[in-house]
Formats: sequence, structure tokens, C-alpha cells
Amino acid sequence: MITVRVRFFAGHRDIVGQAEQTYEVADHATVAELWQTLVTAYPRLAGYTGRLLFAVNQTFVEPSAQLHQDDEVAFIPPVSGGTEDANAAVPYYC
Amino acid sequence: MQPFLITAEPLDPAPLVAYVTTPEDGAVVTFAGVARNHFGGRPTASLYYEAYAEMAVPVLTQFADEARTRWRVGRIAVHHRVGKLTIGETAVLVVVAAPHRHEAFEAAEYIMDRIKALAPIWKQEHWADGDVEWRD
Repeated sequence: MITVRVRFFAGHRDIVGQAEQTYEVADHATVAELWQTLVTAYPRLAGYTGRLLFAVNQTFVEPSAQLHQDDEVAFIPPVSGGTEDANAAVPYYC
Repeated sequence: MQPFLITAEPLDPAPLVAYVTTPEDGAVVTFAGVARNHFGGRPTASLYYEAYAEMAVPVLTQFADEARTRWRVGRIAVHHRVGKLTIGETAVLVVVAAPHRHEAFEAAEYIMDRIKALAPIWKQEHWADGDVEWRD
């Protein structure tokens, strides 16, 4: 198992009730798998699935990116009144 | 002057304009995103912005680098406000210099579109009727 730190912002933080949590995940777990774990723990997060960006150590990553010990993970919903057109430019949706 | 900044202080375009202006560039475009008193026909009382600052600053820098690969532009500065904003306050400044105006306008719009779509910065609408809602 490895330990990762998850940061929560905005609506996610309101749902989870904390700005940060530490999770133990399987070796080679992906960010997408970690998201599914979180959705199971906090079903209200499910509404964000499919319109989410993933970041590891402050860098955008693909959903299939593998996690490593002490990684800092963030789940970033597109933001700030962005339009559908602007969202079309987003590289990775999960 | 930090060209890329997340700050809780009110934004002032003057130092950004001074920073990007060089003798090589004949055009300086300043875009200001301003807190508006309505969204989707519903009255807004104020806005609150939150950022993942450790990530937002490098991401803003990256958007400027992307613009440089697409247009011939000079210096670029982007500042984004966080915290509570009253109506009329500036939430974001995108300031771009270029030899000619066409490139400066296009690069500024491109950077703003990228901020809207990707920057880890969140807006919370404080509606006039008292409701509070993250725009995510």
C-alpha cells in the first residue's frame, strides 16, 4: 500500500467536510481509481464524475496516471463560470 | 512585480501594463474580468474566489507559454484575485504586449479561455436572495 494526500477545494470540500485527507491505496493505483473510492465514500461527489480534471503534484495528469507514495492529488472541477466552448479545450476528462 | 500572481489584494492594472510594455511592442491589451451583479438572470450580491495557489501560478505561466507558441507576443502578466469581491471589483487581469494589436488581442482571449476552462480557481456566487453556490 502507498499513502497519498488528497486536497479538496470548493464544492468538493463542502461535501467531504475537510480540505485535506490522507488515503492508503494499492500500489500502482490510478487517480481514476482513487476518485471512485472517494465517490463510494462520499456519494454526493458522483455528480462531478465525467467533468473533472485530475492533478498530481500540481500537474494535470490523465485518469490512468499511477499514484506514488506521498503524492499530492487534487480533483479539479472546471470552474469560474466557464462556458461549454471553453470546456472543449480541456485536455483530460475523467 | 510578479507577472503571474494569485492575491487577496485588490487588482491594479497599472503595474502589469508597465511591466509588459517594452520598446519592441506597439500593442498592449488589458483584459479585466469584473464581478458582475447577475448570472443567468439571477441577481448576485457578491463573489468569493478560491484558488489552489501552488498549482494555479504554474498553470497561469503555462497558459502564457502556450500563447507564445501560437502568436508573436512579448511580455505577459496575469493576476487573479481570491477572497470576497464586491460587485465591480476586478477578479482577473490578463495583460499582453505584442508588436501588433491582432496578436495581443488573440493571445489575451486565448489565455482567458484557458483560465476559464482549466485554472484551479473556483468562484462562489453569493446570490442576492441569500443563497450561496459554488460555480462548479
